[in-house]
Amino acid sequence: MQTFDLEAEGLRALNETLHAQAETTNQTKWEIINPKGSHAIAVGLDAPIEVNVKGSTGYYCAGMNKQATVHVHGSAGPGTAENMMSGTVIVEGDASQYAGATGHGGTLIIKGNASSRCGISMKGIDIIVHGNVGHMSAFMAQSGNIVVCGDAGDALGDSCYEARFFVRGTVKSLGADCIEKEMRPEHITLLEELLERGGCDAKASEFKRYGSARTLYNFDVDNAAAY
Amino acid sequence: MCGIVGLFLKDTSLEPRLGDMLTDMLITMTDRGPDSAGIAIYGEEAKGCAKLTVQSGTPDADFAGLEVALADHITGSVAMRVKDTHAVLEMQADQIAAARAALATLRPAIRVMSHGETLEIYKEVGLPKNVAERFDLRKMSGTHGIGHTRMATESAVTTMGAHPFNTGVDQCLVHNGSLSNHNSLRRKLRRLGVHIETENDTEVGAAYLTWKMQTGSTLGEALESALDDLDGFFTFVVGTKDGFGVVRDPIACKPAVMAETDQYVAFGSEYRALVNLPGIEDARVWEPEPATVYFWSHNAAPTVTEKAA
Repeated sequence: MQTFDLEAEGLRALNETLHAQAETTNQTKWEIINPKGSHAIAVGLDAPIEVNVKGSTGYYCAGMNKQATVHVHGSAGPGTAENMMSGTVIVEGDASQYAGATGHGGTLIIKGNASSRCGISMKGIDIIVHGNVGHMSAFMAQSGNIVVCGDAGDALGDSCYEARFFVRGTVKSLGADCIEKEMRPEHITLLEELLERGGCDAKASEFKRYGSARTLYNFDVDNAAAY
Repeated sequence: MCGIVGLFLKDTSLEPRLGDMLTDMLITMTDRGPDSAGIAIYGEEAKGCAKLTVQSGTPDADFAGLEVALADHITGSVAMRVKDTHAVLEMQADQIAAARAALATLRPAIRVMSHGETLEIYKEVGLPKNVAERFDLRKMSGTHGIGHTRMATESAVTTMGAHPFNTGVDQCLVHNGSLSNHNSLRRKLRRLGVHIETENDTEVGAAYLTWKMQTGSTLGEALESALDDLDGFFTFVVGTKDGFGVVRDPIACKPAVMAETDQYVAFGSEYRALVNLPGIEDARVWEPEPATVYFWSHNAAPTVTEKAA
């Protein structure tokens, strides 16, 4: 295992070193010490490596991730795993606002709570939150799944498209055009797989499913006067 | 973008280190606000006395013999401590109004930064590190303090545009964000007779809170009504003689992190401002909820309601 002291060696050196890892690298396991809330730790990775960050991170940790597994052993700042393409990001603590924003793929697992705007404009990522999510989560979500084992804040799924939201606890309010939907067997199967991937011991039957009522993004001739 | 730091000590043995810890926190937030910096510190109280912290662009001329000149206009004596462009004038608490009136004639270029029994506010244009050095912030002790690093968006980079703002006796406000209805609110408050000096948005926020409290609100109530009357983005941290409070607008896009241990409650715009505090590894760390007033006081149990304020 490779150990990298972020405080001693600096952010640019860290990200350059991680970017230099090819698909076939033998250095597959990395440990970053002294993150101390620094910004942009392990962004833009594109190799099947495992990066363990020993502490809490600041803005944009693991942004634009491809292939890599980034594991934050602490809490994460705003924009964690933003625009992730593939791979896995795990946050042991809480994640600040807009975690997983615009994510195209991969899995983001938050073991604590996620703050506001979790999964905003997500485009295919799977986000599994063991705790609660804040207000405006999944705003304009396009595709992918969010699993919330706790409660969701105000305006969940406002103006969403074809993303699915599974919430075990309460939803403070649903956003425009977001409704509760029937949980069919294929959703139970999907949710069971997501819960297992996220390491959650919750039962799929305890969740409700929410998604788009599809009245906002489809043209409706009765609304023509509004345009 | 701006940076806010705050530290409220529960453990009195840390009081001599307050300035040192706050200075480190402030300097860490330089990236969020490199154009000006300021600090409000709640230090020692002298019974029956109050402090005016004043600032001058020409301190050598303005502060020379000021305590003697001022003593001629008020009852009792005046003690003066000069720190760079600032001076702290201590006098009998009931002489403050007379002293302010006298200052306006004696030294018209002097601006009052703060009025309080324990509060002193120091702020200047420049990098936080340089501002901290000029005022020797590291050596200051106290029960609690709030610091701000400014990246100006709404008005000019000047000393008077820097934070904290004094909102009343021993009260101060710092702000991260931008208020969008500050022009109309400024006009309204001026019509009501409230003095607002600059075109700065936060000064309007501070004047609004002062006006609410002068018309019968507690600080907690004033902060609650700020949620209705102020339009825009804000994370506010307010200081009082006994404690400090935090409130974020309902959208809450301006960041805020809090940490609490048996020894302190700390606020930072980002977690990295808190990383060198003692025992941070085991602190309870969380994000304050939007549209919720938090308050910590030496006189009451921690609360998330306005009751303690």
